Amino acid sequence: MSTAPLLEVTDLVVEVDNGKRILPVLDGVTFSVDAGRTLGLVGESGCGKSMTALAIMGLLPQGFRVKSGDIKLDGKSLLSMGPDALRKLRGSVMSMVFQEPMTSLNPVFTVGDQIGEALRLHEHLNAADARTRAIEMLRAVQIPAPEERVDNYPHQLSGGMRQRVMIAMALACRPRLLICDEPTTALDVTVQAQIFSLLETLQKEMGTSIILITHDLGAVAEMADDVAVLYAGKRAEAGPVATILDNPSHPYTRGLMSCTPRLRLGSAALTPGHTLAEVRGMVPPLGQFEAGCRFSPRCPMADAHCHAAPPPDVHLGASQTVLCWKVTQEQAA
Amino acid sequence: MSVVSMDKSPSVAEPAVVLASKPQNPQVEALLLFLRNGTAALGLSMMAIIVVMCLIGPGLYGIDPYAIVNVPFAPPGTPGALFGTDFLGRDILAGVLIGGRPTLIVGCVAAAMTIGIGVLIGCMAGYFGGWIDRALMKFTEFFQVLPALLLAMVIVSIFEASLLTITLAIGIVGWPQAARLTRAEFLRIRDLEYVRATRTAGARDFYLIFNTILPGALPPIIVASALTTGGSILFESGLSFLGLGDPNMMSWGVMIGQNRNYLLEAWWTVSIPGIAIFLTVLAISLIGDGINDALNPRMRKR
Repeated sequence: MSTAPLLEVTDLVVEVDNGKRILPVLDGVTFSVDAGRTLGLVGESGCGKSMTALAIMGLLPQGFRVKSGDIKLDGKSLLSMGPDALRKLRGSVMSMVFQEPMTSLNPVFTVGDQIGEALRLHEHLNAADARTRAIEMLRAVQIPAPEERVDNYPHQLSGGMRQRVMIAMALACRPRLLICDEPTTALDVTVQAQIFSLLETLQKEMGTSIILITHDLGAVAEMADDVAVLYAGKRAEAGPVATILDNPSHPYTRGLMSCTPRLRLGSAALTPGHTLAEVRGMVPPLGQFEAGCRFSPRCPMADAHCHAAPPPDVHLGASQTVLCWKVTQEQAA
Repeated sequence: MSVVSMDKSPSVAEPAVVLASKPQNPQVEALLLFLRNGTAALGLSMMAIIVVMCLIGPGLYGIDPYAIVNVPFAPPGTPGALFGTDFLGRDILAGVLIGGRPTLIVGCVAAAMTIGIGVLIGCMAGYFGGWIDRALMKFTEFFQVLPALLLAMVIVSIFEASLLTITLAIGIVGWPQAARLTRAEFLRIRDLEYVRATRTAGARDFYLIFNTILPGALPPIIVASALTTGGSILFESGLSFLGLGDPNMMSWGVMIGQNRNYLLEAWWTVSIPGIAIFLTVLAISLIGDGINDALNPRMRKR
């Protein structure tokens, strides 16, 4: 395995032009994913997780554009590539699994056709070969009776099976990078566990790097090797999963962790536990960010300094990075 | 590719679906629904009879529709002329049988042209959006505000009235509706997740338009094309009635147009081709409604 990371996102700034004003969406997001590893990208809705994914795929919606920063895949900048070169990478070198398995499959084609699509587009396979490969992929994602399922239409499959089909589609060309945008949000917990273990198995087999976009820290703990927490377009905290979950240093990460429900069963369920915490307030809408630290309006520890100036990135230990004045002050003390 | 171990059997986790799903092709399902629908089946059989009569009728009947076979204005029931004769003494039945051919051809070809132009423009406008959409829709509106019949009359009058120019004229004035319909469907489907998923699989615009979005947009377009065929037949008849039909080609519209001055003295000369047009358009409409019901997912629940 090479030591250079497969994907490097450096100081990524994405803006949207809504016709009246230009608003920042992502502001200096930096992270990297090593080959064969999994990065958890965590944050509330509206923090820029999906925009980061779309920026990597080169599929930002109309009006959005990358202002500065760089995205390097295997050392090559994706931002300087032409649309056709980028299109050739999509589906073959990098691919994506979407959140909604119910709407992510085309209702008018069989799942076999759709899994074979990337193969026909990139490897120019004929219909028979694509079908054979589709059956192999269905078997790889542990769908029973793949020879029959290959001719099914999406409405004949359950949510969990559709998400397996989505994964089969995304992995058909053995991509080196797989972006999963909340792949299990629409599924129930037992299926969620199956999907995660499936992704891990396939990752080991193919050496694919995964970016797992989620707001569920439980999923991150289960799947990811590294984690990056996004808040309002900025990277609040990043580092290895064990370190971050063991020692969350940004108040937002701590807030997210205290929001994760813990299961109490048996007699423990009868005793009153503490109520689930919340991070008060909402993610500010685009363009209405605080001048200082963007999290300061919701931060229980914020003081005048936090409201006045944006904090710098601080390194904690070997691999953890935090964006917080409090940590800076602690380190200085 | 090596097979991943199957230690966790997913079939245990999702048994209900395995039982519930009976592989049934949606196209087959729609066809069955269509045939089970009484009025649609009636329309289809009417249409089949009409087409067969137009194809083999003239040969079986054996009377030249252009030949003068009897006295002018012989009433229906006259021996040798079952449906009577027209103002020249030509056999009406022979005319109706042979006249179906140009009528149906003009109807189908003009409808195909209408749908073809409309779908192409609607696809481009709906898929690309932005200035392409605005430009194409202004162009469409330009054609929409022109009175269709007048424009067609102008086109036919400028060029000579032949089957080709009439077909072209109908196709040119009819497409805006199909374009707007296609555009609306594209706007709806364009941003659905499965289109995004196909785009992330590395598909080109061309592939997305014709292989991903268009199949999903087809149901209303298919229904519209059936109704457009009926409309085109009426349009051709209207033009012919006004004397702009191809005079060398006996179509139902031309028969009505040539005999329209004698409507009060000899009703059959106009009414019998009129009934033929009526039945044909009715059959096509019934088929169109039947397709609509069969493709409408809400109907399947009933």
